[in-house]
Amino acid sequence: MNEWTFIGLFLLMGAIFPGAPILLNSLILGPKKNNPVKNSPYECGIETVGDTWVQFKVQYYIFALVFVVFGVETIFLFPFAVAFQQVALFMVVEMTLFIVILAGGLLYAWRKGALEWV
Amino acid sequence: MDIGQLFNDPVGQIRQLLAQLLTSIGLAPQAVDLILMVIGVVIIASFCLLLPLFLIWFERRVVARMQDRVGPNRVGPQGLLQTIADAIKLLIKEDITPTGADKIVYNAAPILSVIAVISMWAVIPFAATIVGTSLNVGALYIVSVGSLGTLAIMMGGWSSNNKYALLGAFRTAAQLVSYEAPLLLSLSVPVLLARSMDLNTIVAAQKDVWFIVAAPVAALIFFLTSVAEVGRTPFDLLEAESEIVAGFHIEYTGMKFGMFFVAEFLHAFTVGALTAILFLGGWQGPFVEQVPLLGVLYFMAKAFAGYFLVILMRAALPRIRIDHMLDFNWKFLVPVALAAIVVTMLGDKLIQTAGIDSAWIRAGLLFLVNAVLAWATYWLLSASARRLRAAEEAAAAGHDPMGGGPDDHGDQAEHAAVAHGDHGPAAASAPAH
Repeated sequence: MNEWTFIGLFLLMGAIFPGAPILLNSLILGPKKNNPVKNSPYECGIETVGDTWVQFKVQYYIFALVFVVFGVETIFLFPFAVAFQQVALFMVVEMTLFIVILAGGLLYAWRKGALEWV
Repeated sequence: MDIGQLFNDPVGQIRQLLAQLLTSIGLAPQAVDLILMVIGVVIIASFCLLLPLFLIWFERRVVARMQDRVGPNRVGPQGLLQTIADAIKLLIKEDITPTGADKIVYNAAPILSVIAVISMWAVIPFAATIVGTSLNVGALYIVSVGSLGTLAIMMGGWSSNNKYALLGAFRTAAQLVSYEAPLLLSLSVPVLLARSMDLNTIVAAQKDVWFIVAAPVAALIFFLTSVAEVGRTPFDLLEAESEIVAGFHIEYTGMKFGMFFVAEFLHAFTVGALTAILFLGGWQGPFVEQVPLLGVLYFMAKAFAGYFLVILMRAALPRIRIDHMLDFNWKFLVPVALAAIVVTMLGDKLIQTAGIDSAWIRAGLLFLVNAVLAWATYWLLSASARRLRAAEEAAAAGHDPMGGGPDDHGDQAEHAAVAHGDHGPAAASAPAH
């Protein structure tokens, strides 16, 4: 529990340390001379046309999905790695099978063209 | 308390002394604990925030030397105070929020990107006894807070209401998320070899021989993917100056802009530090048992060596195109990382079953296994390159059935060759698993 208090304090301090100079900059030291032209989004000197928040291309979702597969797999892999001293040889073979099935999934995505950037 | 003890375990001794002092003025034990913890946090966090002041100067000098320039050398001795001057300049710049930006997300992004990097240092062991806190899930903690940085960059790009920034965020989604997969996979190899996720235990397990000997393939993959996670030059698509101006931080000014840079430079150094801890033995070194303080020196030296390598990569390599980058990740790094896990796992278990105790023999055998893996990878790659070249030559000779008119013929042939080549390694890499 003590360790996690330390982590919590660290996250808090990690927010305060960069937050303080930012506030110092934007509230106290920095000049405040706004005008509509200055505040407009940068686009090589011309007005932005249309809405900025467009849809993501579907390709990004496919890569994210393939990543999720590997992310979930790692959740299983790390506890296995920690308990590695105790596991028997056939369990290691089972884990190998698990990874091979996963590699099969990658191969499937590859063959289906999900990994091509179009 | 004698001087020898203070020299051997300075943090523990100072901690004890402070605890006695605070208890003697009548504070509750919990309050004393909390105060000591806050002091520890402040020391490590300020070290982390002051370090980039030096790193930025160091990197500018090294890159300048690589490009046959002098670099900053006017402010202070050898230009050492240049970064401080830059920080003061950033402090007195105007803070602009673009019209239509999502204000909360826009302002939270630079802070979150610093949090993501600084939090990693909470579990990094500087020496056997000098460590923020020893988490038993340290390795997982590192990657989980590290991936907050990805979120921060996407938040910054998305909320700026700028199309260049949005493109940067798009690329982040593809690049950083993709490279996290082989990063996680290669990270599990040292965890496997040390049988622990605690970083201090991982370092202690490298007492006789460093893990880079037992797992060179995983070490290489870890280093490369970590550099990609930082978004430095061979992989700096998210802020590619010549394509999307400045990418995700294009609208940021003043200190918010500065904080993105603090996070980037500190992250680059953290890559060196993590590589040192996981593969180069962290604080291990000669005489470290007699004089534990030497560990800090060894650790910093190894971390700086790693950081120096990151800088050299930045100065020497051009930017990769996005499809090449994703291919490199999904079609090369991920399969090789999976194969590296499998061979390490099976090899280590067989060695353990055979009853070999010597750390050197174990590392040597695992090195041989890795060498075979590297050779097989090289063989597969050169075979697929041969096939690709043959397809290209056949297409150039006019046998390409998909070839269009004479003008765009070469271009078409290239596409055909790429299509052929992409199916080649898929079939070829199957036996490797």
